[in-house]
Amino acid sequence: MSTRKPGSKELPIGAVVTKSSMEYETGDWGVEKPQIDLEKCTQCTLCHYFCPEGAITVNDDGYPEVQNNYCKGCGICAEECPVKCIEMVRMK
Amino acid sequence: MSAKQILMGLNGDESVAYATKQVNPDIVAAYPITPQTIIVEKYSEYVADGEVDSEFVAVESEHSALSSCVGASAAGARAFTATAANGLALMWEITFIASGLRLPIVMAIVNRSVGGPINIHNDHSDSMGARDSGWIQIHCENSQEVYDASITAWRMAEHPDVLLPVMVCLDGFTLSHTMENVLTLPDKVVSDFVGEREFITVEGHMGETELRLNPEVPLTFGPVDLQDYYFEHKLHQIEAMKQAFKVIPEIDAEYAKVSGRSYDLLHPYRMEDAEVALLGLGSTMGTVRHTVDQLRDEGVKAGLVKMRVFRPFPSSELVDALKDIPAVGVLDKSLSLGAPGGPLYEETKAALYHLPKKPLIANYIHGLGGRDTGPQLIRGVFESLLEIKDKGEVGDPMNYVGARP
Amino acid sequence: MSELNLKQASRKPEGLASGHRLCAGCAHSIVVRMILKATRGPTIATSATGCLEVATSIMPYSSWNIPWIHNAFENAAATASGIEAAWQAMRKKGKGPLAKYETLDVIAFAGDGGTYDIGLQALSGALERGHDFTYVLLDNEAYMNTGIQRSGGTPFAAATTTSPAGRVIPGKKEWKKPIDEIVIAHGIPYVATLNAAWPMDVMRKSRKAFEVDGPTFLHAFIGCPRGWRYPMEKTISLSRLATQTCMFPLYECTLEEGRPVYKLSGPSAAIARRPASKKPVEEYLMSQGRFQHLFRPEKRDDLLDSIQAWVDHNWEILLEKAGV
Ligand SMILES: Cc1ncc(C[n+]2csc(CCOP(=O)(O)OP(=O)(O)O)c2C)c(N)n1
Ligand code: SF4
Ligand code: SF4
Repeated sequence: MSTRKPGSKELPIGAVVTKSSMEYETGDWGVEKPQIDLEKCTQCTLCHYFCPEGAITVNDDGYPEVQNNYCKGCGICAEECPVKCIEMVRMK
Repeated sequence: MSAKQILMGLNGDESVAYATKQVNPDIVAAYPITPQTIIVEKYSEYVADGEVDSEFVAVESEHSALSSCVGASAAGARAFTATAANGLALMWEITFIASGLRLPIVMAIVNRSVGGPINIHNDHSDSMGARDSGWIQIHCENSQEVYDASITAWRMAEHPDVLLPVMVCLDGFTLSHTMENVLTLPDKVVSDFVGEREFITVEGHMGETELRLNPEVPLTFGPVDLQDYYFEHKLHQIEAMKQAFKVIPEIDAEYAKVSGRSYDLLHPYRMEDAEVALLGLGSTMGTVRHTVDQLRDEGVKAGLVKMRVFRPFPSSELVDALKDIPAVGVLDKSLSLGAPGGPLYEETKAALYHLPKKPLIANYIHGLGGRDTGPQLIRGVFESLLEIKDKGEVGDPMNYVGARP
Repeated sequence: MSELNLKQASRKPEGLASGHRLCAGCAHSIVVRMILKATRGPTIATSATGCLEVATSIMPYSSWNIPWIHNAFENAAATASGIEAAWQAMRKKGKGPLAKYETLDVIAFAGDGGTYDIGLQALSGALERGHDFTYVLLDNEAYMNTGIQRSGGTPFAAATTTSPAGRVIPGKKEWKKPIDEIVIAHGIPYVATLNAAWPMDVMRKSRKAFEVDGPTFLHAFIGCPRGWRYPMEKTISLSRLATQTCMFPLYECTLEEGRPVYKLSGPSAAIARRPASKKPVEEYLMSQGRFQHLFRPEKRDDLLDSIQAWVDHNWEILLEKAGV
């Protein structure tokens, strides 16, 4: 990753933002990541709504998928899952 | 070919309102304050009578007036407001934001003292207090200039190389409430001249798009801009001010073609062989011109430099106008308390500093809180300058003329 | 626009992208994501200065997938007024990209500081002028962005850095300002309270707010693990408790024939039906660091009783208003 920052002539006029925060991964903020037991999952989608990071997306089959590169490990999804199919596990 | 014009009797505020009606901006958000009130009232009438299709946002404060203009202008609208004194002081925070976000808002400032104690009359303490906020400032001598600047300001503000908000400054009461003859252009000529607002294209975080809030390609305006980017954005504004030096005369020249009235950044008057000269802003310049004519008749080589554009500050034009004048007086209608002198004086000195041979220069603070600056007083200032010239030294440069010691 | 339901809305593109820098467990993004899922189509938002604004727009990154502007702290409602007026003008004149939109959801987000305190004037002005926009109060009950200072929205006895729990004064001395009543008194067509624990309720009310013509006001409860000092995974359960104790009741207020008509929402309506299910407020207070001085070193029953009395009193008034 380059650390060189753009000079004033390369930046847009109006001080508007140039990058989506999707390029700023927050996955290293936390120490634990959720592990979802899809066997038990009822596809209620609540974890998708409760995740502050939008790090739980719902795939075409209706199942949640965790985007570890944004998950901050807050544990809300595990705490709130109505059928308790999410467990927080320590990474590495 | 200049257009056929209609002579109207308008005071300064009405000149702003009438010109703005002809421009027909998308939104006008303003709050009343003496001596600007006539502008808001007149414009409300235009809206009520269906003479314009601007949205009039009757805000609850000046802070909200300029804040609404920021929102509207970012959404791509032409946004206009007007204020004075305490109103501008209340807007102060947002003046920096409007400029920093590069929003081409036009605002009439009906110059009034900021106080305290409270005073409703003219001086320049309000617009001088906002001189570092990144707005172009045009100072008008009479209602005709007010009318003309209220039209040309849009083109200056919106020029793709500039994109800075503009303050059109007119002296409270002296201009705002004094009826004068004003030549006005037909509506069509004005609307053709201002045309439609132009937009530059930028590469935002979701792709290339015009610099405006548009759901098709979203932009983020007004981010948290910290140590690593803020300074570069300030360089953008510095560059825009530089570009304004080039753009303002171009637009004035184009306007001269339709109106027959030409304007410059600076207006020197009888300066060719002048030995003493006064520099200043606004309506006082009419009085100074009158006095210069009288003194010339008496054989005194007096001259005048009227600064029309105060931001960006026309240093090189000023140097050209003043470099060979033995004694120069700078008229300031505001204080910079605790500073060596008034703001126009300080900046003029700075502009002349690099000259090997500099004029003698003194500061005449006058007219605070609406104190009258008549021909007699100006004559006295010239006499003081003649004395300085004869002595070859300034002595104490600070003079508070028209005040009881 | 289709009916909202959890499954469909879960596939809707996010209005607020990942990669923002709100604290882990912060409710801001939970609520804002839900609200943005309820938008009808073209949307423009503005945020007042505060945690949400700061964490989502640090140059060169933005989390906003919708057009968004930050102007200043006290003027979110005024900025939104300008955006809405610009849209109206463009439609009238048939000019620019906004002219074609039949609907435009203009949203102003502001914190409790930006609403109860410094932004109240601009809010009141915008409501009185009747702009067609939705104001979202994100109430985390203190100035969090500047380090947890008290606001008019901070509850009684809560410890903040400017209302610390001292040896003499036990936290904030004043009661929470009745902001919803102040807003409702403006006679606007729609006001509702939101709690992230009930996503469908949040989205349904948000959609309603967007659909209603004129100014609408959403008061969202925003759990703040950092400022309230509770474990980050508890954000939703604590929010739920706030409604279950009637500390933060859920309701809507519409204007019918010029009168405010209050209607309790699901979880609060359930408590009204079964008063015994109303949980004691102590349960809610106990789990937060900002109220710890009410329990340790000794239990302050006097203060706890007065908080319970305040909650009960307000709940009764609300029940009366809702005709229960
Ligand atoms: C005029 C002005 N005064 C003070 C501040 C400093 N300031 C920035 S954000 C903030 C507090 C924000 O609190 P709140 O509105 O409750 O939002 P939160 O950060 O808690 O989400 C303050 C005091 C400012 N930016 N502008
Ligand atoms: S732990 Fe928190 S951040 Fe990670 S997926 Fe679960 S709710 Fe989202
Ligand atoms: S301080 Fe509180 S409100 Fe602010 S980002 Fe952190 S958790 Fe959210």
